[in-house]
Amino acid sequence: MAEEALVRARNLHKVFHRGVERIDVLQGVDLDVARGEFLALMGPSGSGKTTLLNLLGGLDVPIAGTIEVAGEPVHELRGAALARWRARHVGFVFQLYNLIPVLTAAGNVELPLLLTSLGRAERRQHVAAALALVGLADRADHYPRQLSGGQEQRVGIARAIVTDPTLLLCDEPTGDLDRKSGDEILDLLQGLHQEQGKTIVVVTHDPLAAARAKRRVVLDKGVLAETAA
Amino acid sequence: MKFLPLVWRNLGRRKTRTAFTLLSIVVAFILFGYLAAIDVAFSFGVDILGADRLITYHKVSLVQLLPYSYQDRIAAIPGVKDVATAVWFGGVYQDPKNFIAQIAVEPERFLRVYDEFVLPEEQKRAWLEDRTGCIVGRKTAERFDFKVGDRIPIQGTFYRKSDGSSLWEFAVRGIYAGAQSGVDETQLFFHYKYLDEAREHSQGETGWFTLRIDDPERAADVARAVDATFANSSGETKTSTEKAFVQGFANQIGNISAILKAVMLAVFFTILLVAGNTMAQSVRERTAELALLKTLGYADARVLGLVLTESLVLAGLGGAVGLAVGWLLVTVGGDPTGGLLAVFFFPAGDVATGALFVVLLGLASGLLPAIQARRLAIADALRRGGA
Repeated sequence: MAEEALVRARNLHKVFHRGVERIDVLQGVDLDVARGEFLALMGPSGSGKTTLLNLLGGLDVPIAGTIEVAGEPVHELRGAALARWRARHVGFVFQLYNLIPVLTAAGNVELPLLLTSLGRAERRQHVAAALALVGLADRADHYPRQLSGGQEQRVGIARAIVTDPTLLLCDEPTGDLDRKSGDEILDLLQGLHQEQGKTIVVVTHDPLAAARAKRRVVLDKGVLAETAA
Repeated sequence: MKFLPLVWRNLGRRKTRTAFTLLSIVVAFILFGYLAAIDVAFSFGVDILGADRLITYHKVSLVQLLPYSYQDRIAAIPGVKDVATAVWFGGVYQDPKNFIAQIAVEPERFLRVYDEFVLPEEQKRAWLEDRTGCIVGRKTAERFDFKVGDRIPIQGTFYRKSDGSSLWEFAVRGIYAGAQSGVDETQLFFHYKYLDEAREHSQGETGWFTLRIDDPERAADVARAVDATFANSSGETKTSTEKAFVQGFANQIGNISAILKAVMLAVFFTILLVAGNTMAQSVRERTAELALLKTLGYADARVLGLVLTESLVLAGLGGAVGLAVGWLLVTVGGDPTGGLLAVFFFPAGDVATGALFVVLLGLASGLLPAIQARRLAIADALRRGGA
C-alpha cells in the first residue's frame, strides 16, 4: 500500500476455548488500513471478522501479534489506558445499535462526550451537530423505542462520530435493517468517508454492503485469505 | 455530576421494582426511627443525664429507706455542692393501668438540683406555698387532661395517712416541661413534708439523695467519701453516678436495647438483601449496556462508580425519606402509648447513625453488582448481549 497506514496489524493470533476445545480464531493475521480508507472486512459466520474488529478497536487483546493505530502500540495498552485510547480514537457502530433505551437520541449521542472536559453547552452543540449530520436533528428528544431501526442506527452512527474519532469500526451495521434502510446507512457511511475523510472498517457478509467500500478483504477460518480490489 | 442523569434514568428503568425497593428502605428507616425512640424510652434518657449528679441510696436495696438526717451530713462533704432528697410514693391514680411516677421532694432543693425541669415562676411560687400542691410533667398533664388548679386523688399503696385513710389528694400548682429533648415529662412531684407529716409510719426517713457535685472528674472520690461517712451504720449507703443508677434501674426491665438492636440488625440485613437483589438484577439486565459504556471508553473504575452511585442514590433516597418520616412520626405523632413512656424522641445521634447506615446500605448493596460490572469483559458481554 502506497498510502500511509493508519492501522497496522501484524501476525495477530487469538484463541478461544470452548470447554476443552481450542478454537484458533485468528491465525497470524496481517492487516493495514490506510488513513481515510473505507475497508470492508468480509467472511462467513465464525470466520473471526468481529474478533479482528474487536482487536483493532481495543475491545479485546491478541494472544500474540501487534496492533498500531496512528503509531500507537494498542496491543500494549491495558485497563484505564486502553479505555482512554478507545474514547479518543475509536467510534463503534453495532449491528443491533446498542442504544440505551432510557436515554433520548441526544442522551445516547452525548454518552462519549461525558468523558471529555467539554461543558454542558458545548456537549449539546456537538450532539446537535452529530445528529444533524445523520439527518436526525428533529429526533433529538425521541427515545429509541420511538425511532425506526434505520433511525436507531443513525443515532448509533452519530454516537460513534460525535467525538470525531480517528477510526470508525462498524460491525454488520446493516445486518438488522431492511434493504432500503440498509442502503441509507451505507450512503451515510460512504458520505462520512468521502466528505469527512473518515477511516472506516465495516464488517459485513453482505456483498452489496461490501461493494460500497474502496477495498475488501476476506477472512476465512482465521486467515486473511483473499483480497479483492 | 454530569453522570447523575444517567444514574437517575437507570433507576427509573423498572419503576415498579425501584418503587418497591425504595418503599422497603423507607419502611426500614421509619422502623429505625421508632426503635431508636423506644430504645431511648427504655433507657430512661440515660444519655442526657447530668454528669455532675450522684445518687445515694441504701446499700441493701433501693426500697430500703435512709434517715432524712443524712442530708445535712452529705451536704457537708467536700465536693458536694447541693443535695436534694426524694421518696418513691407508688400510688395509683384511678386505675393501676394509669401509671404515673409520684415522687415526694423538697421543692426548692429539687428545682435547684434538677434545673432541666422548667416551671413558670408564678407556678413555682404557687407550688412552694401550697404544702399539698404538686407539679406534673407536660406529657402526663396532656395524657390525663390535668390543668393547674385541678385536684388529683391518688390511692396510696405503700403509704397510708396517720388517720388510716389511703387517699391522698394533691392540687396541681404547676406543669413543668423539659429544658431539652429526653427530659422525663411524665412525673408528678409533691412536697416531702406533706408526706412525712401525714404518713402513718417511716417518719424522718427518705428514699434517696441526689447530689450535685463541683467537679464531675472527682465523682468517684465524692461517692467514696459519702459511703465512708455512713459505713458501719444501720443505714449504709451506696453512691453512684446518676447515669449508672438509672442504667441499673433500666436494666431491671431487661436488656431492651440489645433486643431492639437485634431486631434492627435483622431488618437491615433483610433490606440489604432486597436492595442488593434489585441492584444485581438491574446490572444483570444491563450487561450489554455496561459493555457498551466500556466500548465508548468508560474505564472499569468509572463503571464500578456508576453502579455504586446508583445503589447509593437508591439507598439515599429511601433512607432520607424514611428518616424524615420516622422523625416526623416520632416528633409530631409522639409516644404511641399515649404518654406511658417517660421520654420518646428520635435523638440527633441516632439520626446521624441512621445516615451512616444509609451510606453503608448503599455501598453494601451495590458492591457486588458493581464489582461484577467492573469485571465485565467487553467482547464477551457484547456477544452475550447480542450486539
